[in-house]
Amino acid sequence: MAENTPAEGETPGPLPVVDYLKIPESGDPYLEGHRCSGCQSTFLGERSICSNCGARDKMGTVRLSTQGTLYAFSIVCRSFPGIEVPYVSAIVDLEDGGTLKGNLINIDPDPEKISFGMPVEVVFKDALGRKDRDGNSYLSYFFQPRG
Amino acid sequence: MSDVYILGTDMIKFGRFPDRSVPSLGAEAALMALDDANLNIHQMEALCCGNLGQAGAMVGQRILQEIGQTGIPVVNTANACATGATAFREAWMSIKAGIYDLVLAVGVEQMGKGLLGGAGGGKGIPKEGLLGSQTMPAVFAEAGMEHSNKYGTTFEQFAKVSVKNHHHSTLNPKAMYQIETPLETVMNAEMIAYPNTKLMCSVNVDGAAAAVLASEKKAKELGLGRAVRIKASVLTSDPWQERDLVMPDVNSCTRLAAKTAYEMAGVGPEDVNLVELHDCFATAEILHYENLGLCGDGEAGRMIDEGETALGGRVPVNVSGGLLSKGHPLGATGIANIYEVSTHLRGEAGERQVENARIGMTHVIGLGSACAIHVLEKVD
Repeated sequence: MAENTPAEGETPGPLPVVDYLKIPESGDPYLEGHRCSGCQSTFLGERSICSNCGARDKMGTVRLSTQGTLYAFSIVCRSFPGIEVPYVSAIVDLEDGGTLKGNLINIDPDPEKISFGMPVEVVFKDALGRKDRDGNSYLSYFFQPRG
Repeated sequence: MSDVYILGTDMIKFGRFPDRSVPSLGAEAALMALDDANLNIHQMEALCCGNLGQAGAMVGQRILQEIGQTGIPVVNTANACATGATAFREAWMSIKAGIYDLVLAVGVEQMGKGLLGGAGGGKGIPKEGLLGSQTMPAVFAEAGMEHSNKYGTTFEQFAKVSVKNHHHSTLNPKAMYQIETPLETVMNAEMIAYPNTKLMCSVNVDGAAAAVLASEKKAKELGLGRAVRIKASVLTSDPWQERDLVMPDVNSCTRLAAKTAYEMAGVGPEDVNLVELHDCFATAEILHYENLGLCGDGEAGRMIDEGETALGGRVPVNVSGGLLSKGHPLGATGIANIYEVSTHLRGEAGERQVENARIGMTHVIGLGSACAIHVLEKVD
């Protein structure tokens, strides 16, 4: 994460919430997948071996789409102490491959208002104000309804 | 090849025993199983012990310290919620391999209260409630909602699983709870993670169960009177699926295990008279009707609606009360299921007896994932 280490005297930018969220020096943040050129399986996070076909030399990086559809969800009404509820935990299939899990925001946490297959987009925002022990802010990804 | 038999099996009544130790709970179940088999610890040639919470603490050996340190080999297993079934299977394999004739298998767990799941941890900041939820109720809610997405399964249908299993447990004195929960009660209980309400989540309890396994030669020598034949023992991990990274897959490993188990046992789903399956959440039970081939894909909702899996139905499921009401002490659950099915095959299940039970199946899932299935058969 050298690219996120600020130079002396600069205000540090947010850190990525997961290592597959990339924050380039210029341009928009994006999610990076790894894809096997042998079987086309898409993975989140760094890896060199495909756990689908076992190929050791066919993994390359791919910029994941910010467009997807809702595959499954739960409305979480009780969580661990200190975690604000309710929220919508969502599984989203991305266009062009890859599946993500995250919070679905800007929607009522009501099963009647949420429909399978609904188009959603990936947006990048501050990680709900959460900071680590060193006081660093984090950039996270969320889903919101499209259109 | 010759079969392996269960000569004795029992479980303690599940409950909360904060003043007891893990080994003492395991020892109690071990002695009950030995008594049931009319055998003693000196006749056991090995012990396989399943426990998750103290996986690094030699629970099997500490059980022997309570009931007899005979110097036999002890294997301690940890395999998430498949821990007990894995211990049982280790015992089965060692007999199948011809190494031993009599092996004791014990599963035991002492649980706290509250939500299970990944609390986040790792580097950076907590991810719970930020990148969705890793709590078990939510993870299994999402697994159920995948079924809703495909087949239109409703909140009410998931809730009916809980109504059924709580009803069954009123007939099981060893279950944690014996309380009827009508549909409205289940659906109006505190929502934990939609569509799982509090009454649709398994109960964290302490418990222990044990079984004495024997080679065919030894079983015949001792008498097959109340013996139960193990027709299949299968363990799988989860084959790759595209959504694995964000959605633990309980389906593929169950389907693979079921297919293998039916082949090994030489029976089909239509031959199975009762099933104890992994209803860690009400949503999960629906998935496994199809995964185990008890009905076709997309028919599980109809199956619960029509009462096919209730006591008296076509293939009763979780007549013990299941994890939802009997309780789910992780490491004990796999062997407790085997105790339940064995009790029916022996015709000793009292009020909840499945009539004319000849073939029964047990199923557990350890998330991560491990699936264990056993097919048991009545001995004539």
